[in-house]
Amino acid sequence: MSAISREEVAHLATLARIDLKPQELDRLADQLDVILQSVATVSEVVRAVEDADGRPVPATSHPMPLRNVTRPDEPRPGLSADEALGGAPAAEEQRFRVPRILEED
Amino acid sequence: MSELIRRSAAELAELLTAGDVSSVEITTAHLDRIAAVEASGRAGVHAFLHVARDQALAEAAAADQARADGAAPSALTGVPIAVKDVMTTAGLPTTCGSRILQSWVPPYDATVVRRLRDARLPILGKTNMDEFAMGSSTEHSAFGPTRNPWDLNRIPGGSGGGSAAALAAFEAPLATGTDTGGSIRQPAAVTGTVGVKPTYGAVSRYGLVALASSLDQAGPCARTVLDAALLHEVMAGHDPMDSTSLAGPVPPVVAAARAGASEGIARVRMGVVRELHGDPGEGGGGYQAGVRARFDEAVELLVKEGVEVVEVSCPSFTAALAAYYLILPSEASSNLAKFDAMRYGLRVLPDEVADPTAEQVMAATRAAGFGDEVKRRIILGTYALSSGYYDAYYGSAQKVRTLIQRDFAAAFEQVDVLVSPTAPTTAFPLGDKLDDPLAMYLNDVATIPANLAGIPGMSLPSGLADEDGLPTGFQILAPAQADDRLYRVGAALEALLTRQWGGSILDHVPDPARDGADLQGAAR
Repeated sequence: MSAISREEVAHLATLARIDLKPQELDRLADQLDVILQSVATVSEVVRAVEDADGRPVPATSHPMPLRNVTRPDEPRPGLSADEALGGAPAAEEQRFRVPRILEED
Repeated sequence: MSELIRRSAAELAELLTAGDVSSVEITTAHLDRIAAVEASGRAGVHAFLHVARDQALAEAAAADQARADGAAPSALTGVPIAVKDVMTTAGLPTTCGSRILQSWVPPYDATVVRRLRDARLPILGKTNMDEFAMGSSTEHSAFGPTRNPWDLNRIPGGSGGGSAAALAAFEAPLATGTDTGGSIRQPAAVTGTVGVKPTYGAVSRYGLVALASSLDQAGPCARTVLDAALLHEVMAGHDPMDSTSLAGPVPPVVAAARAGASEGIARVRMGVVRELHGDPGEGGGGYQAGVRARFDEAVELLVKEGVEVVEVSCPSFTAALAAYYLILPSEASSNLAKFDAMRYGLRVLPDEVADPTAEQVMAATRAAGFGDEVKRRIILGTYALSSGYYDAYYGSAQKVRTLIQRDFAAAFEQVDVLVSPTAPTTAFPLGDKLDDPLAMYLNDVATIPANLAGIPGMSLPSGLADEDGLPTGFQILAPAQADDRLYRVGAALEALLTRQWGGSILDHVPDPARDGADLQGAAR
């Protein structure tokens, strides 16, 4: 059984905001199917350990314990408007100029 | 004096300190060498995406002035360096090997780059890489692959193939890298150079274009263990701009490298990781015979020196690759969401849409600006994080991460360092694995566990494989924040091997520069 369908890949591409061509969808669906079947072993490995230990394995999101880091809230120099806009695809009146953000009604 | 380009960074620093040569002379010799080696364009080594000749020479002159004033800020002041194109450089292009950043010039320096500038290391240019550091061959660069100086038809490893190839082709004495799953160590292994992934948090991630934030770590690339240590001390240190930056002092890696070379490493307890040895049926089977032979011989050599070697088992490592290829795409899909075509980088308008929305522009830009591997991993990560699949995929992968940390903790109760071959094979031919993502991912099978656990790792040359005459890598792993152990053991092994070989392995690399043009201006 395949782990992922072409339709699912198309939906994921929409979520990820990538306009994939039809032939890209075909190829990706095949490749992701192989990759997903391979990486699905993680749940089997975890289940085997949990069954042997009789308790759940905690998840680790990060190699070191994370703690929040704060600094005094003091003003300091940052980028100028020109520097911040220097790489913008389009700028106007010291602002990023973007395409329209609303659908037409 | 012999060719400056063949000198180690430590030797160049000594020459500079003695006043025998200037940084401008050293930097000029390397820029001329780059011009000669890169003259073949993409058919040649193609280690660099951008060469910063004028700026490098100005920085070299400033370094000479600092030394003349008796105010050299670092032992490496005046020694030039190549910088991986994943690190932001104010005033120099930073593309990450991607079309989406093709003409981007960052407005600020990464902390690592700032440290190089503060230490006055002239920056020769930016090195090629797999797009957004996704790959093990540098073939996923949008600007064409880097080729291995040992054989121009073969890959230089990845993602940091540009930095490793630049070192092996004597285009730079030092380079920087980033290692998310092996991107410093695997290129080092297949090019006969040295690469170190420090402990997670040792080197600031500020200004590094993020791939997977919980795995990314910058580190030194060099031709000798001592050179890597000297660069490590320049790059590492606490940075308030990175909330995951370690607060403690940098381990004494330079002293460790010198001690390892001069005093040896008798009484060190070393563990050979069974699951990373490539034995059939141990999950990472299929290691090339020559890779295993050179590794086993290096271990024997250390045993003769009095090192205590035991086999250790880390059973969860067989699931490390699978966990990595869930965690990495998940984090990458989130990190790469920032490429939205609005604030910087490429903007592509969709065809046949009269008045496109921002979303349509974003989707068209990402379709045109990202390569196949980046799209593949973004989609994979989006899937692994989606509701309904999260527990089975991303959640389980995070639990495997716990198991791998436990395996390392148990192993380091028995031994001081762990060792393995760095990569399962020597450099493979260009194109060999390009259409088979799973085969490509297997290159990282031995390097990935260190990233998942956050511990430091080094690769150094262990010799040339009998079957193809190409370099093989020896990996050393140490507990978190014990990076100095890598350097102590690495320098000791390097000293033993170079004595056995009668010189460096890079004495045997073919000269990729055309018509001997490299010798003009390079020889002093």
